[in-house]
Amino acid sequence: MHYSIFNLMRQALSGHRGWGPAWRDATPKSTYDVVIIGGGGHGLATAHYLAKVHGISNVAVLERGWIGSGNAGRNTTIIRSNYLLPGNNPFYEWSMKLWEGLEQDLNYNAMVSQRGVLNIYHSDAQRDTYARRGNAMRMHGVDAELLDAAGVRRMLPFLDYESARFPIHGGLLQRRGGTARHDAVVWGFARAASDRGVDIIQNCEVTGFIRAAGRIVGVETTRGAIRASKIGMAVAGSSSRVAALAGLTLPIESHVLQAFVSEAIKPFIAGVVTFGAGHFYISQSDKGGLVFGGDLDGYNSYAQRGNLPTVEDVCEGAMALMPAIGRVRVLRSWGGVMDMSMDGSPIIDRTGIEGLYLNAGWCYGGFKATPASGWCFAHLLARDESHEVARAYRLDRFASGHLIDERGVGAQPNLH
Amino acid sequence: MRIQCPYCGERDLSEFAYHGDAAFRRPDPDAPDAAARFFEALYLRENPAGPHEELWYHASGCRSWLRVTRNTRTHEILAVSFPKPSASA
Repeated sequence: MHYSIFNLMRQALSGHRGWGPAWRDATPKSTYDVVIIGGGGHGLATAHYLAKVHGISNVAVLERGWIGSGNAGRNTTIIRSNYLLPGNNPFYEWSMKLWEGLEQDLNYNAMVSQRGVLNIYHSDAQRDTYARRGNAMRMHGVDAELLDAAGVRRMLPFLDYESARFPIHGGLLQRRGGTARHDAVVWGFARAASDRGVDIIQNCEVTGFIRAAGRIVGVETTRGAIRASKIGMAVAGSSSRVAALAGLTLPIESHVLQAFVSEAIKPFIAGVVTFGAGHFYISQSDKGGLVFGGDLDGYNSYAQRGNLPTVEDVCEGAMALMPAIGRVRVLRSWGGVMDMSMDGSPIIDRTGIEGLYLNAGWCYGGFKATPASGWCFAHLLARDESHEVARAYRLDRFASGHLIDERGVGAQPNLH
Repeated sequence: MRIQCPYCGERDLSEFAYHGDAAFRRPDPDAPDAAARFFEALYLRENPAGPHEELWYHASGCRSWLRVTRNTRTHEILAVSFPKPSASA
């Protein structure tokens, strides 16, 4: 069913009883051309682009819970392409371009809001670092502006400009960055993929791999065995667990990242703002709640919740940057399971086991990558070669020394 | 989350710094497959969902290194001890 103003009027006149489910609740077949493990944003985007771009629609997406129940439903909704390194910049910009056309492509309101992303800096050295990043962005054709303190003050007059400890010197602004409604992204991709023939199978956990003649030819699941010549893993924080079923050990640690939302207040923060003297980022949802987060807790976790020291740390970042929100109440906090890679950059590659493909290592930056991750993983699955903008995301780069250390902090997963 | 330091007693998480997986054993640099073994030791992780052997540093306390067994699904601390010295020289 195509969503349009005409359809909406028709449905309104008939009491809204004609709306159908947004995607088919498919019964799993015994065989597909491609099986994607993981019904989050990345897995569903992969299925959509396999069908739309490559004409491969005999595809199943297997989700052990309900689609979008993992990190796709838990993130802070930020989309941006303000990366530094040549291995990252074109990929995230391709994702940004896909975001810009996504709602038309999916015929679904994903509330893509290009309200701007501003990274505040607090010293001359940090200004130079952000200028370098901005120039790297511009060299790749990505929009970037460097604001001085007066420029930031015009945009955000309520920040703490008197702070002697964290003086605000300016900010790096990407106007095309912003937010998107994470659940709608999942549902939009699910609906579009399902309409093209992709089977979305929920409550279906992969419990093992089926091998024949040295290659993987299918999966054992809680809803039966399913065979496919190509199987792509897109399970984020669960990557090590699923890969272990195939005897693979990955360069991944699963860590908890917490996120928070406040009570609803009147429109206060127009765009996305990040603190430069600590890890803190904030935006305001259309419902009025402030959506914010900060650092990882810093230890391995699958618990989908973190601990109080990090809560305190994130709120201290908020108070340091914008003490005006000090009396706003925190409504909810939660956590996700981040697939932290050893250099902070993702992996979209074959695994070395014939028939098995890996999409993982998104750390806490996977949401903005959703469209390009799906696009590039679909390309890899369809053509058995990496897409141009994902060529650096190799699994063997840790052994060969081609790490993509965007933050420049080294090969330890809890530092990224 | 609290960790029972053998010297200091039960202390809050914020007193400790996390090192990570305790499984690291420095490979023999003179072995013929040293490059592959160093790659595995440095970059690959079991990353289990469940009991995990890990090293924590009591940074704001006695500054001991602690070997902790912790359930990564629930954060429950199952065991704490001082690490034994490594067998390799």
